[in-house]
Amino acid sequence: MATVALPPRHYLNNGYGIASWLLTRDHKRIALLYLAGVTFFFFLGGAMAVVMRLELATPAGDLVTDETYNRLFTMHGVLMVFFFLIPAIPAVLGNFLVPIMIGAKDLAFPKLNLFSWYIYMIGGLFTVYSLVTGGVDTGWTFYAPFSTVSSTSNVISTALGIFITGFSSILTGLNFIVTIHRMRAPGMTWFRMPLFLWSTYATSLINVLGTPVIAITILLVAAERMFHFGFFDPRVGGDPVLFQHLFWFYSHPAVYIMVLPAMGVVSELVAAGCRKPVFGYPFVAFASLAIAVLGFLVWGHHMFVAGESVYSALIFSILSFLVAIPSAVKVFNWTATMYKGSVSWETPMLYAYGFIGLFTIGGLTGLFLAAVGLDVHVTDTYFVIAHFHYIMVGGTIMGYLGGLHYWWPKMSGRLYNEGLAKLSAGIIFVGFNLTFFPQFVLGYLGMPRRYHAYPPEFQVLNVLSSAGASILGVGYLIPMLYMLWSLRYGRLAGANPWGAVGLEWTISSPPPTENFAETPIVSWEPYEYAPRVESHVA
Amino acid sequence: MWAGTPLFPERASTMAWRVDALYFFLIAIAVFFSVLIASLIVFYAVRYHRQTPDAVGARIHGGLALEIGWTVGPLLLTMVIFVWGASVYFAMARPPDETLNIYVVGKQWMWKFQHLDGQREINELHVPVGRPVKLITTSEDVIHDFFVPAFRMKADVIPGRYVTLWFEPTKPGRYHLFCAEYCGTRHSGMIGEIVVMDANAYQAWLSGGASEGSLASAGAKLFADLACNTCHRPDAQGRGPVLEGLFGKTVTLTTGETVTVDEKYVRDSIRMPAAQVAAGFQPIMPVFPETLVSEEQLLELIEYIKSLNALPQVQSR
Repeated sequence: MATVALPPRHYLNNGYGIASWLLTRDHKRIALLYLAGVTFFFFLGGAMAVVMRLELATPAGDLVTDETYNRLFTMHGVLMVFFFLIPAIPAVLGNFLVPIMIGAKDLAFPKLNLFSWYIYMIGGLFTVYSLVTGGVDTGWTFYAPFSTVSSTSNVISTALGIFITGFSSILTGLNFIVTIHRMRAPGMTWFRMPLFLWSTYATSLINVLGTPVIAITILLVAAERMFHFGFFDPRVGGDPVLFQHLFWFYSHPAVYIMVLPAMGVVSELVAAGCRKPVFGYPFVAFASLAIAVLGFLVWGHHMFVAGESVYSALIFSILSFLVAIPSAVKVFNWTATMYKGSVSWETPMLYAYGFIGLFTIGGLTGLFLAAVGLDVHVTDTYFVIAHFHYIMVGGTIMGYLGGLHYWWPKMSGRLYNEGLAKLSAGIIFVGFNLTFFPQFVLGYLGMPRRYHAYPPEFQVLNVLSSAGASILGVGYLIPMLYMLWSLRYGRLAGANPWGAVGLEWTISSPPPTENFAETPIVSWEPYEYAPRVESHVA
Repeated sequence: MWAGTPLFPERASTMAWRVDALYFFLIAIAVFFSVLIASLIVFYAVRYHRQTPDAVGARIHGGLALEIGWTVGPLLLTMVIFVWGASVYFAMARPPDETLNIYVVGKQWMWKFQHLDGQREINELHVPVGRPVKLITTSEDVIHDFFVPAFRMKADVIPGRYVTLWFEPTKPGRYHLFCAEYCGTRHSGMIGEIVVMDANAYQAWLSGGASEGSLASAGAKLFADLACNTCHRPDAQGRGPVLEGLFGKTVTLTTGETVTVDEKYVRDSIRMPAAQVAAGFQPIMPVFPETLVSEEQLLELIEYIKSLNALPQVQSR
């Protein structure tokens, strides 16, 4: 390791001016632009969660007014879902890795890729504008007729922000699909692709097929507010429940947009962390596609108590159980991969352990919600909040941070402080569980979501949750600090600090702008580690 | 502080145990699989911890029997949960034949109750223990949700629709009522209490309230005041359909479709009369918007029309 040096020419020193970043077509630089964007929105959305948890430390609504509280949870949801969770892994890690992992020099449409980032930022600015000019109080779900008739907040500008940002998802999805179909290096067959690409591909399909529906839905809300068409207004024969169908037709698949890429990351982390092929590769790959397809057929499970007929509830219930199966298959395969592996305890693997454990709990509590007779009691309570935070935070953010720690040496050329990284992974795990586990109990007790004030018997559990949130907040701040620090002072990583296989580890860290001097010819299977070197340690 | 913290809500309805039984079954499944996965991860992480920097794992690519096993096993298990959950849901969706009916109107941000005998309550509902109660709910503005954790009962209260819920309280006491669908600024203030009383106390409460006559009689008065009776006459000589004995029947519309005369059809016929005109009649009925007939008055009219049926008060108390 002593001979490690930065390559003389790489994508980071290929131009230093602001224009070299803002006009770049290099997928790796665009990935870093997205990294800056999603990090900003993550901490903005996180700050709102902090204020909410402080408010909920006491039963009375005493820290902020109810109007403010409603705006906080709405913006927390909007920012986290549309501006962090959906773009985070595809736009940052996907952008950086998709071309490199298939041996290509860039995405199929580099200018479109840069354009997507601008769309994303413009959408984000619209949303921030709505926020600073008074905010929006509809909840991120925008349920009609509250959003269309009753609310007096900035619904239209927020809706436009989401509408605009949607095109960034669609175009990025399109870019990935074309790239994966058309630009794989010779020998890189579909079943030689890293599993991260399978899940990115499945995610892109959902993005392209689903996002237009939310765009239409959100436009209908804006149009209804401006012109009073009455699609969702029962007073003129419209149906407010129609809005929910349209909204969840996208927003349930969006859950898979958020978690599938994290599953792909975890497959990479587990393979490299065990130096072993992922157990049951084709099953894990097809599970991603199965989730993408079945994910479109379960939206009605958000509406079991919303006036849906008994029989549609039953159909959506059984389909929701079916979509749980491919997720379970993935969990079993990751766990089995560890058997007889060379199992690492390094930071990326710690996040993978965290992901598998927390995603398992998130998935299993999904069964509670799919069981329609039980869902009636727990839906719209903190049980649901806890469940989807186990999926979104315990799953997606764990996957994202794991991936960021795993590929950071590739992206920056440098190593972060491993001790601090392990410490903060531990803090995040503890803080996460303390924040969200009590919410399962609260939900079953009957505490409804989106409550600014609550009966006093719920206080102890809320205090635990708020305490956990403060720990979690610290856990998220530390990585930002040591990663920034590593950019300048970190030890040089070298091409392959983890001893991992995969095309990205065959090129220098940071990679050259064109990724590969010569197009690689792939003649090996995925995750092909050399035969085991027997150690003499008992 | 800790002593007052429950882990499970009170069980105060016939449905509570059925829901809790399924909940405990699912907790058992969740604990089993979580512990299984977590133990395997910890065990493998320790047992196969990388011993030398260059060590690689065994070249194992998969196993078909395992894949089939952990696909089919969970599939069968989830189908058991599905059937169980569905059976509980069926029981929730089907009220018994004999119920005590109460109308509920949600509005930002309060709950209004109308008893058939004419008592009205706000944010507090008195019911007797041991009798099935059916709530017929609607909203004046946005979507609300009627949630009583102790009864394991919840349903969205939707403007323009009549959603029904039912429960049979098993234990006298006061229980939380929450609005569980976000409805605007004071959503968390849209709360109340269900007061379950034993039979004697309930009778005392019923007779104590200053009643202005039954809901149906209020509807009858309104029916006359709005001059509905000039067209809807019992002798079939009016310009509108005879309403006596109509509720619950199926009628044919001018379009050839058929509809059942339920609460929603009556409501729609008053609010939007031109939308579903009964065959053989002209679309001449005037519109009665909220400014003329409030949601609560609509319920009085509905109850009056129900009372015109040949078998009076079949499904009321």
